[in-house]
Amino acid sequence: MKYVHLVWSNLKRKKVRTFLTFSSVLVAFLLFGYLSAIETALEQGVSVAGADRLMVRHKVSLIQPLPETYEAQIEQIDGVVDATPATWFGGVYQEPRNFFFQAPVKPREYLAMYPEFLLPEDQLEAWLNTRTGVVVGRAIADRFDWKIGDRVPIQATIWFKRDGSRLWEFDIVGIYDGAEQATDTAQFLFRYDYFDEARQEGARGNVGWYIVRVDDPDRSVEIADAIDERFANSPAETSAETELAFVQGFANQLGNIGKIMTGVLSAVFFTILLVAGNTMAQTVRERIGEIGVIKAIGFTDRQVMGLVLAESLVLAGSAGLVGLGVAAWLISAGDPTGGAFPMFFFPPADMAVGALLAITLGVAAGAFPAMQARRLQVAEALRRK
Amino acid sequence: MRWLRQVFAVTWFGLQTMPQRLGSSAAAVFGIAGVVAVLVGVLSIAQGFRAALETAGSDDMAIVLRSGSTSEMVSALSRDTVLVVADTEGVARDARGAMSSAELFVIIDLLKRSTGTSANVPLRGVQEQAFEVRGNIEIVEGRTFEWGRNEVIIGVGAALEFAGLDLGSSLEVASDRWEIVGVFSANGGISESEIWTDARILQSAYRRGDSFQAVYTRLTSPEVFTTFKDELDTDPRVDLKVSRSSDYYSEQSSMVTNLINVVGFLIAGLMALGAVFGAVNTMYSAVSARTREIATLRALGFRNGPVIISVMFESLLLALAGSAVGGAAAWIIFDGQRAATMNWQSFSQVTFAFRVTPELLVMGAIGATLIGLIGGIFPAIRAARLPIATGLREG
Amino acid sequence: MSDTNGNIVQARGITKNFKRGAETIHVLHDLDLDIPNGEFLALMGPSGSGKSTLLNLIGGLDRPDTGSMEVGGERVDALGARRLAKWRARHIGFVFQFYNLLPALTAARNVELPLLLAPLSKKERRRQVETALKVVGLDHRTKHYPRQLSGGEQQRVGIARAIATDPTLLLCDEPTGDLDRTSGDEILDILQALSREHGKTIVMVTHDPHAAQRAGRTMYLDEGHLTAERPA
Repeated sequence: MKYVHLVWSNLKRKKVRTFLTFSSVLVAFLLFGYLSAIETALEQGVSVAGADRLMVRHKVSLIQPLPETYEAQIEQIDGVVDATPATWFGGVYQEPRNFFFQAPVKPREYLAMYPEFLLPEDQLEAWLNTRTGVVVGRAIADRFDWKIGDRVPIQATIWFKRDGSRLWEFDIVGIYDGAEQATDTAQFLFRYDYFDEARQEGARGNVGWYIVRVDDPDRSVEIADAIDERFANSPAETSAETELAFVQGFANQLGNIGKIMTGVLSAVFFTILLVAGNTMAQTVRERIGEIGVIKAIGFTDRQVMGLVLAESLVLAGSAGLVGLGVAAWLISAGDPTGGAFPMFFFPPADMAVGALLAITLGVAAGAFPAMQARRLQVAEALRRK
Repeated sequence: MRWLRQVFAVTWFGLQTMPQRLGSSAAAVFGIAGVVAVLVGVLSIAQGFRAALETAGSDDMAIVLRSGSTSEMVSALSRDTVLVVADTEGVARDARGAMSSAELFVIIDLLKRSTGTSANVPLRGVQEQAFEVRGNIEIVEGRTFEWGRNEVIIGVGAALEFAGLDLGSSLEVASDRWEIVGVFSANGGISESEIWTDARILQSAYRRGDSFQAVYTRLTSPEVFTTFKDELDTDPRVDLKVSRSSDYYSEQSSMVTNLINVVGFLIAGLMALGAVFGAVNTMYSAVSARTREIATLRALGFRNGPVIISVMFESLLLALAGSAVGGAAAWIIFDGQRAATMNWQSFSQVTFAFRVTPELLVMGAIGATLIGLIGGIFPAIRAARLPIATGLREG
Repeated sequence: MSDTNGNIVQARGITKNFKRGAETIHVLHDLDLDIPNGEFLALMGPSGSGKSTLLNLIGGLDRPDTGSMEVGGERVDALGARRLAKWRARHIGFVFQFYNLLPALTAARNVELPLLLAPLSKKERRRQVETALKVVGLDHRTKHYPRQLSGGEQQRVGIARAIATDPTLLLCDEPTGDLDRTSGDEILDILQALSREHGKTIVMVTHDPHAAQRAGRTMYLDEGHLTAERPA
């Protein structure tokens, strides 16, 4: 490490140029961070899909309802531990832009189905004691600045009340947190019994879909098929699939964002590589005489190559790492779209990939100039000076 | 006059020596090209989506839903209600009568061709006047469906996006088989994401009795909309939500548009920032490569002004070349690319094509020009202010 | 480190040609040279006569086309590039006409450069740098950058760098060529002291007879041949 000051002194020579190269690499990695977070958000929870959970919906489409009597029947199927219903409520809070997931559920069963939703025991008790009680996730509580005790009015668009009115009012009795960063904490959950009694007579007895827990994840597909078998040729045929498949399908419906992101990133990195590489080549070209001198003094070709590579690595590597750091910091400040993403964070795995990319960039940008420096003939270099 | 001549002389000299600086010049051009290409590409997504919506909606077409509905999907209208709407003042009339179509809107589950996973595809039941009301529907393959039969036509977007939607195949919906007899276009509008059939067929398949979900009407003129809306709002027989189709579609897409815009501009903004740094850097390199040359010119008597202008001019030239290359790349790669995304309000897929519009290309060129100017000005000033003796020694 | 004859340098039958476009230029022609240990030798000759080329060959910066170059008992014309570099670091000190200091490093750091290639501790390196700078009389300007030093001072740093590793041979290519008379004389004083008091073997290429007078012996290069007498 006695050569460190050589690398450092070279970077200090043209401060403006070093600053500009550093900044452009920094911005590129800032972009990388944001794109990772966006891609993760659009993946809508694929990483945390429950391995032992299935989604059962109407075969024709998600918007067709299923009878509530199916719950008991599903639970009789071999391999099924428990089944619980949920329904798309689809109401409007203040204005349609404030879109979030709302569903009437059976409190204890639903929370048992999703153990990653962490709700304090006392809040669960309050929920069980309040018919109009609603439990909301941390993400939407923060987004709308809701606190326990607030009364939230929702305008129904699908489920009108018995008296024909559209206004449903709920009281917030609890706020749940997610066990992991990617856990969905943007759900608005209220009581199914209250929903069923208050909704119009003709609409009673139906639910949107069922979430099913199986005893053996390896048998998921088999059990899903068994469920569909059970209701084949009935008025409401089902389509059961693993939660992962369901979430994946939804993410795919959002669009092939992954490919676009990869494309953008590739273009960005290619551009940065050009800039950084050109800068390195420039610095080497300017120092041909000096390189000749240190070779004359006795530095081997390989040592000189190493010095150039080290310079490139230090510059690009440090800029990349700082860029990733700034990205992590900014992203933790929250979702830039103001709520369109149920979760928004910079996955640690992607951070590691970013760090690796920074190093690769450093090597790639310096590779060609380093080779040039290595091959430089001493006598010729001295003559040029 | 002599000043101007100096500008030309220095610039001409600079251009002649550019081949020597091919490396850094090329880096500058491709650097800017990369940025412009990505910027234009990302923004073309938003443009494409907007175009799909704008083509669909127009100021003289109205959509009528049940009051309080956020989309057709959650609306419900009785037969009496739709007749009242068709009879309202302002609805245009042609040989067949009122230009009004009462429609049903449901979603069915089909697999995406690209990923093989499930997607919600819109299935629309229409009445005879549906085609006239929209005015831009054209059968491009096969024929239109026969009224009363289990036949459907599919939009070109839907045909490209979803498996099983091929002319001649049949669609299995619940326990029914419906034959696909034609493919239609709608001038790029969102109707192209849909499957159409006779409303009566849909009613019976979904056991809707005689109820509908939406009424699409064409008005005699855009101005007449207010009268039309007022009449329906004040009619005690009905409780409706009346909107211009253009307003309805922008409301429908507000979430997605917001998402695309925020993400698009965030990415574009960061890229622009990075581009400025990169460009200034490359320009600095390009100019330092010419330090001795510029010092020599100044030693010979050329004034600072022409020197600065010459450097800026070269910088601009490189930037414009970059924006041309980048714009062309964006157009080749992005224009016409099909994509599909989710309309959250109706839970259904909307297909659209990316659009690289002339506006975007101009924006790219302006951006590149600005980058070129910013990139060139600092090195230019530095080159002009450097003591001549120092400059002669450098390089 | 010398062979049994007491010669540090023993060159036999040295030929060196250069290609310029389609032409081949014969710079050195069947040259022989012996340099005894401790000698201060001046090499003179007109511009383009090959003085610097010969210096480069002695210092292992270039290879002869034919002939053998033995320095300190080592056949440097037969060494591979890597071993040559290591050999140079240990045995040769270069002094250049234009000083060739690294502008990004201070005087002390410049002098330290060759020492980085030796297995020395930081303390040892610092000690040798101080010693070298003291010898050239510059121990008060160690933290200055080359641009802050005069021509003469820069050359002194150059000499300090050249002697920092206590090399076998000091090769100087026009060391006073870019200096005024006073600074030049100071440099020559140092070189002479190195020769007389420290017993260093020095080969100095110069076109200045005034500088050559300070050396112990002068040889002349003319048309690729070495002679002891000054040509007419």
